Amino acid sequence: MLLVLPIIVPLATAIALQLLPHRPRLLRGVAFAGALVILGVAVALFARVQTEGIQVTRIGSWPAPFGITLVADLFSALLVMMVGIIGAAVTGSSFAGVDPRREALGYHALIHVLLMGVSGAFLTGDIFNLYVWFEVTLISSFVLMSLHRTRAQLHAAFIYVALNLLASAFLLTAIGLLYGQAGTLNLADLARTWPERRTPALDAALSMLFLTAFGIKAGLFPLFFWLPASYHTPPAAVGALFAGLLTKVGVYAMIRVFTMLFPDPANSVYSVLLVLSAITMIVGLIGALAQRDMRRVLSFNLVGHIGFTTVGLALWTPAALGASILYVLHHMLVITTLFLISGLFLRQRRTTDLASLGGLYRSHPAIAVLAMVPIFSLAGVPPLSGFIAKLGIVTAALEGPHYWVAAVALAVGLLTLVSMARVWDEAFWKPSPTKSVTTAPAPLMVVPIAALVCLTIALSVAAGPVFEISRRAADQLLHADEYVRAVLGGR
Amino acid sequence: MELVLAIVAGALYACGLYLMLRRRLAQLIIGLSLLANGSNILIFAAAGVTRGQPPIVEDAAVTAASFADPVPQSLILTSIVIGFGVLAFALVLAHRVHASAGSDDIDAIRLDGD
Repeated sequence: MLLVLPIIVPLATAIALQLLPHRPRLLRGVAFAGALVILGVAVALFARVQTEGIQVTRIGSWPAPFGITLVADLFSALLVMMVGIIGAAVTGSSFAGVDPRREALGYHALIHVLLMGVSGAFLTGDIFNLYVWFEVTLISSFVLMSLHRTRAQLHAAFIYVALNLLASAFLLTAIGLLYGQAGTLNLADLARTWPERRTPALDAALSMLFLTAFGIKAGLFPLFFWLPASYHTPPAAVGALFAGLLTKVGVYAMIRVFTMLFPDPANSVYSVLLVLSAITMIVGLIGALAQRDMRRVLSFNLVGHIGFTTVGLALWTPAALGASILYVLHHMLVITTLFLISGLFLRQRRTTDLASLGGLYRSHPAIAVLAMVPIFSLAGVPPLSGFIAKLGIVTAALEGPHYWVAAVALAVGLLTLVSMARVWDEAFWKPSPTKSVTTAPAPLMVVPIAALVCLTIALSVAAGPVFEISRRAADQLLHADEYVRAVLGGR
Repeated sequence: MELVLAIVAGALYACGLYLMLRRRLAQLIIGLSLLANGSNILIFAAAGVTRGQPPIVEDAAVTAASFADPVPQSLILTSIVIGFGVLAFALVLAHRVHASAGSDDIDAIRLDGD
């Protein structure tokens, strides 16, 4: 029952939001309350998975390989918890004001449909169902992205829609071929039977199709160009939601499907993924250095750091995958905070162009201190969470034969530091280029940012236990038999 | 039958991808819909085509050859419905892009809009 709630709660909230009378304060309150309930349910689910192991619910009581099953292992439970946190932060920031036209068009309900799609994708144990949740997420994100009518936004939305639909077509093709050979779509059943039914040729084709489909969604090189072209255009809260959740759904799906279907670390797809991850890191950060607008800098940083989250899968050791899972958690928190902070700049200075920002340290010291945490956590400055996650990946890379990855990760860490130090320098240190009127910061916008910053600090302080949990999550992923037994029973 | 379906699916994929590489929005959308239909036919062909048999049988003692597999049909049905909704959305979006930019050439929109 607990497993269905992260999907039912946002659905019920979205329906309620559509039926309620159109009063902004009421809608915002309901949306925020719904997000808090998701968070509560997700924490309860995580606690249950921690103590009792993998949780399984069979929808409609159909036995496992035939009906759709929902499965929560540690990795899924952790990510659903992040959905609750990010959902609460984003809906909470709407109290500070949303464009009234967007609000009239169902902004709050769409956010909850998006949260439902993401939770569903994290919890499903059926690969076709995963495709359906992807589409639910996509449609709501399409509408959220194109609610506005300015030309730049429409153009960005069209690129986003076209590329994501292409990814869906690739995913559907892979699922069709997989079903043709395996005769089942249940992930646990696939993990059990696929090793006997696979043929090398089909294995290679499928792994590349899945890599392309999930690579587009996650934003891997050379498939990421839609992301920096579109993420800077929607309002900051929507950008924060997309940056925090959407690419991570691609990363999650890649890790889940690859550990289930291709459990052979010698598979050539992992060499390809390793090289692509390394190039993604480098190209993303070089792109970030070339940008002058804060939200574009963040978009390229988002792409570059996706490389850190897939490199653990490519290295295929519990230490590396555990570090990548920790990196996913850290990155979801930090990038969401940074996009929300860019919203603060947008509110105060009407721009996120770094050249016309400045002097914020003098005018708003409290915000500067808040922003310092995510900026330097993303850059990987010790003792913040980004440093611990990067350290995990570098040490894991040095243990294996691919020690050059450690060099790439370190170089990219340095580039991130340069890129983030520039954001800090231009937005906060530099004297303000315009004699702008300094308005008081909207306190309601600062509260969710402050909450996320506290969580980032908590993640840094509790890094030991969290790393231990993500190591166990990685163990569960790399040894699929526990998952298979939980879903299919003793057979 | 599988061979014909495989060729049809391949042709749809080829045409869809070719059209997606073009610069005009209308062609891009037609390409997307061809691609979606190609993948539907691919699911049908890959899962095996059974002629003249019902998909659902009551008798428990049936063999694999005596009934058509209902799963690919339901998969295709689902993806047709999803594809229809997505296509409708993409058409409306393209219409709005065209209305605001006055052109359906992707490069022209980009130069002005960026």
